[in-house]
Amino acid sequence: MMKKLIIGLFALLPTFAMAAGPSVPLLESNHDLTDNASLQRGAKLFMNYCLGCHQMQYQRYERTFRDIGIPVEIGQETLIFDGSKVGSHINNAIKIEDAATWFGAPPPDLTLVARVRGADWIYTYLKSFYVDESRPFGVNNSVFPSVGMPHVLQELQGVPTARFEEVEEHGVKVQKVVEITTDGSGEMSADEYDQAVRDLTNFMAYVGEPTRLKSEALGYKVLGFLVILFILAFFLKKEYWRDVH
Amino acid sequence: MAGKQDNASTGVVGNVINWIDDRIPMTRVWNMHIAQYPAPKNFNFWYLFGSLAILVLVNQILTGIWLTMSYVPSAEGAFASIEYIMRDVEYGWLLRYMHSTGASAFFVVVYLHMFRGMIYGSYQKPRELLWLFGMLIFLALMAEAFMGYLLPWGQMSFWGAQVIISLFGAIPVIGDDLTQWIRGDYVISGATLNRFFALHVIALPLVLVILVFLHIVALHEVGSNNPDGVEIKRKKGSVAEEDKPKFQFHEYYTNKKDIVDAIPFHPYYTVKDVLGVAGFLIFFCWVVFFAPEMGGFFLEAPNFEAANPLKTPEHIFPVWYFTPFYAILRAIPDKLMGVIAMGASIVLLALLPWLDRGKVRSIRYRSKWHKLNIAQFVVTFIILGWAGATPQTDLSTVLSRITTVTYFMFFVLLFVYSKNEQTKPLPERLTK
Amino acid sequence: MSNAPVDNSRRRFLTIATSVVGGVGAAGAAVPFIASWNPSERAKSAGAPVEVDISKLEPGQLIRVEWRGKPVWVINRTPKMLEQMKAHEGQLRDPQSEEPQQLDSAKNEYRSKRPEIFVAVGICTHLGCSPSFFNGGFGEFVEGTESGFFCPCHGSKFDMAGRVFQAVPAPLNLEIPPYTFIDDTTILVGEEEVA
Repeated sequence: MMKKLIIGLFALLPTFAMAAGPSVPLLESNHDLTDNASLQRGAKLFMNYCLGCHQMQYQRYERTFRDIGIPVEIGQETLIFDGSKVGSHINNAIKIEDAATWFGAPPPDLTLVARVRGADWIYTYLKSFYVDESRPFGVNNSVFPSVGMPHVLQELQGVPTARFEEVEEHGVKVQKVVEITTDGSGEMSADEYDQAVRDLTNFMAYVGEPTRLKSEALGYKVLGFLVILFILAFFLKKEYWRDVH
Repeated sequence: MAGKQDNASTGVVGNVINWIDDRIPMTRVWNMHIAQYPAPKNFNFWYLFGSLAILVLVNQILTGIWLTMSYVPSAEGAFASIEYIMRDVEYGWLLRYMHSTGASAFFVVVYLHMFRGMIYGSYQKPRELLWLFGMLIFLALMAEAFMGYLLPWGQMSFWGAQVIISLFGAIPVIGDDLTQWIRGDYVISGATLNRFFALHVIALPLVLVILVFLHIVALHEVGSNNPDGVEIKRKKGSVAEEDKPKFQFHEYYTNKKDIVDAIPFHPYYTVKDVLGVAGFLIFFCWVVFFAPEMGGFFLEAPNFEAANPLKTPEHIFPVWYFTPFYAILRAIPDKLMGVIAMGASIVLLALLPWLDRGKVRSIRYRSKWHKLNIAQFVVTFIILGWAGATPQTDLSTVLSRITTVTYFMFFVLLFVYSKNEQTKPLPERLTK
Repeated sequence: MSNAPVDNSRRRFLTIATSVVGGVGAAGAAVPFIASWNPSERAKSAGAPVEVDISKLEPGQLIRVEWRGKPVWVINRTPKMLEQMKAHEGQLRDPQSEEPQQLDSAKNEYRSKRPEIFVAVGICTHLGCSPSFFNGGFGEFVEGTESGFFCPCHGSKFDMAGRVFQAVPAPLNLEIPPYTFIDDTTILVGEEEVA
């Protein structure tokens, strides 16, 4: 009976964790860490659109190229814009004080954003910008209200407009974003934009934990080995315990 | 010296053994505590967790030493050095996940080990000191885990430590000075980090190892309890020759007592423990390789963000193994009383040998009331654990208040009914 | 009665099999601990190949660059230096560079890819001091040779190809690092092939 209790307790754990999630429902990112093409597109998007302000100060170019299947020389030519060495961290040249003056706060480092917020959050966030002239950068974001950055992917997505509906939350009527549509002025169709955002999310998820695939590959071997050890130990125990019973 | 004669052999190996035995009691200790140590023959699943706790302790010490090789104990460098370990050091990620998972695994096996002691009455006379050493290990382990959790210098590290250290501020008169003294600064700072690091990597592991040693010494002096709670060591001369086990036990035990229903620890429990270790490692490695965060319970998401003294995370709660006690703290709407209640919840556990006035140890032969009381304690502990890990809501507050009461009621009720408890007759010999 | 296991082959087989598999497991578990002592990505990044511009290197001049934390010398040897090297071959320990202190591409009479350009790790093979360069004045140590290296720590002497003289403490010739001519005036120290 106790065994069931213990197992039941652990089965419940993830549910508790979810209970503490954000209030806005998140879209599923459906990213795939084994999809190198997607990771490479994501890396390109990151270097082009994000690195201007955000760094990945703990992650190195070279290992990134190696992990996602980009030959190092090609990576150096096409993805390193500031002449950094391939062994250096993915940093930009912004000084923290400058950034703090421009944006009010320094743009956060994005190495671990996927582990802090989760991939689904990033995916949803990148799809949740909408025009809001009252904001300093002219846009707002439904999963990150009063967001302090411009919509840098607007040239890809087009100008996004939000449709609001009045809903009741805890007895108070509030305006909530229910749908975001674009004017079609972007370089990408809606589906292409979704894929681009998924690629970028995928890349950030990879950088958050670059050893995830390696860990799982090794994990299967270790578990297989342990099962063999367990079976042997089981028969060994049984054999010795014939003396006792 | 009988043990030595038994094992003395000729040849090179034998000579080396003899040479050592003339200088330190290697063979004697081996026989006394392993090969000829009488262990009850009816240990079940619950008796695996002691050896598993030692396994986890070894894992923590080894991975800890290796992490120290690359970790930078300073407020400026700590967080970056963890990411350095995770990314730049070969297999650093594995060492770190083994250590972080090991911390939680330690509490899993220790809680199960303690629960085993509760259900089979292993704390009762003459094992009170054994139980107290165990409680001291538990306290040292909590301190070790708490200080270790500050070291990654993430948001949860910082704010968790902030909250727990502030608890000391509840102590009247000296509270504020005490918290400042613990921190070594007006806030948690590099000074705090460095002293916690020193305690975490040197002082507390040393204390833990010494306490574990004493725990085992105490165990081997009084002998193991068992699921029946019936002593296997009987008065000298009270056991008929044909009832004695067919195994040889060390004369240290047989000279004083007659022994029934026992088997030598080695090889019977060593092979069983190997099986237990293999089974445990399957679970452990699954977490390490596939789910090191364990849904945010072993590694909390906010801790992937560097400590920021100006920004509190939305929800601060300790790692799961502290949440039951944290829930008791939160349940009481008075700071000082909350701290006292939390302390009392642990002190009462340590006092179990004296609170339980029963003469029958094992839950198998105790009253229905005792079974119900233990069952409610399990449910209480789980609900408290949940409540402490949840943002405070009306529901969690009500539940944690109810279970705080039932937590303490466990001890009160035990004290009351155990005096004249209706127990079942104990078997003369161990059952299967 | 004895506690010794019953002598039966099944028991022996299972004991040995479990011990062997357990031993393999322990060895496997040791791998991450051992491997973590290898140079990290940070160390590798800091130890990456170094480019050296030799366009302004005058004949007889030595420049030092740092590669993997060690001083690497690049010297433009004069024809006279090259000429004098042949004279004292009889006084050297390893004149033909038989010991593996260089890659095959530098295993020749000048111990270099190009006769005049000499690249070497400037660390004495005795106990790791950095020898001093004598451009002239070396005759006081070795007669008939004007230039060479003298280690101030224990008096080891090397010629202009980093070859060690006899009767000094240093056992081996100076180490020649892997290097590549990217073009006529640029050397990449630390890598043999052009990337």
